[in-house]
Amino acid sequence: MAADPFFEFLCRMGDNTLVLGHRVSEWCGTAPVLEEDIALANTALDLIGQTQMWLGLAGEVEGKGRSADDLAMLRDAWDFRNVLLTEQPNGDFGQTMMRQFLFDAWHVAMLDALTRSTDPRVAEIAAKAVKEASYHVERSGDTVIGLGDGTDESHRRMQAALDLLWPYVGELFVPDSVDDAMAEAGIAPDLTDLRAAYDDHLAKVMATATLTIPDSAFAHKGGKSGFRHSEHLGHMLTEMQWLQRAYPGATW
Amino acid sequence: MKPAIDEIWGWLDQVPDPEIPVISVVDLGIVRDVQWVGDQLDVAVTPTYSGCPATRVIAMDIETALRDHGIANPRIRTRISPPWTTDWLSEKGRDRLREFGISPPRAAGGPDACPRCGSTDVEKISQFGSTPCKAHWRCRSCLEPFDYFKCI
Repeated sequence: MAADPFFEFLCRMGDNTLVLGHRVSEWCGTAPVLEEDIALANTALDLIGQTQMWLGLAGEVEGKGRSADDLAMLRDAWDFRNVLLTEQPNGDFGQTMMRQFLFDAWHVAMLDALTRSTDPRVAEIAAKAVKEASYHVERSGDTVIGLGDGTDESHRRMQAALDLLWPYVGELFVPDSVDDAMAEAGIAPDLTDLRAAYDDHLAKVMATATLTIPDSAFAHKGGKSGFRHSEHLGHMLTEMQWLQRAYPGATW
Repeated sequence: MKPAIDEIWGWLDQVPDPEIPVISVVDLGIVRDVQWVGDQLDVAVTPTYSGCPATRVIAMDIETALRDHGIANPRIRTRISPPWTTDWLSEKGRDRLREFGISPPRAAGGPDACPRCGSTDVEKISQFGSTPCKAHWRCRSCLEPFDYFKCI
């Protein structure tokens, strides 16, 4: 039996922020400079906070009594619905910031559209989250520019990061049956409608950053459908979920 | 007899923000509604940032303060809409922040002056600071770093 598309959609929103939030939190205590360490930890915190709202609503919609924590900590890789971009490893600081910008630019546009959702609960979460995401994209965009148009070494690394991560951008915009059902119900926008503005945004930032966007529309898929996550997700969950797996029901 | 709503707002104005204790939770603008629903006191609290770790502590502090004043069974509700904005910071709160060395939020997106020496020659160090609601700035005159309360 096909899963409820609304539940699937909410898991996608919540899993994107959960997985990326956890990835970003991996920098805590090890970022290149203190200010960046704090900035990354704050970004992670916002994303995890948004996760609580999305997965909280997902649990409510599902109606089986699962909390946001249950969904985050007790599902395995194949039940996660985040896009592949968010689960990619941090790499170096530049790669982390490139991943962040590619996601943030989509996130802001998506959340902005969701503030006009026909479902008031979705619109309320989006209105809260879009303020934080707008702040994130300002920083990640500035950092991509600063490093791209920086030294030869930082430029080289940022171009390598863009080349590496570019094939993961497409999944954000290619709709499937869940996205179609959400768009039809007016709960979420048609993802293809977000692409032109995203491309404009990226073109401006990358031009200022002196970086070249790869001339390829190839898109890795399988994250948001759960069909085929990359190997990285399982390793990340092993660490993220360790406590609840080792000590089920542990609280403090 | 049930205490008057105005009196309860006065009590809540004595509850300090756990991370910036010079201002109260009322100054911060996160207490959105206080009302009696039958015999139960209902308090609506809006989180500043969705992941702010102080949110739960604040709810607990509010509940403790109300119980200390003899309210038997307060209900603290989280309300996310409309989302919190720094426009809700009270004038008193803004003054206290400045005195404490934190530059209050401005629509212009940055501090008007260094909260220590008053110089307007200031620069941003980082968009993020020691708590989710603050950014990190520096005064180019007295060279001291300071917190700026982000405007959202």
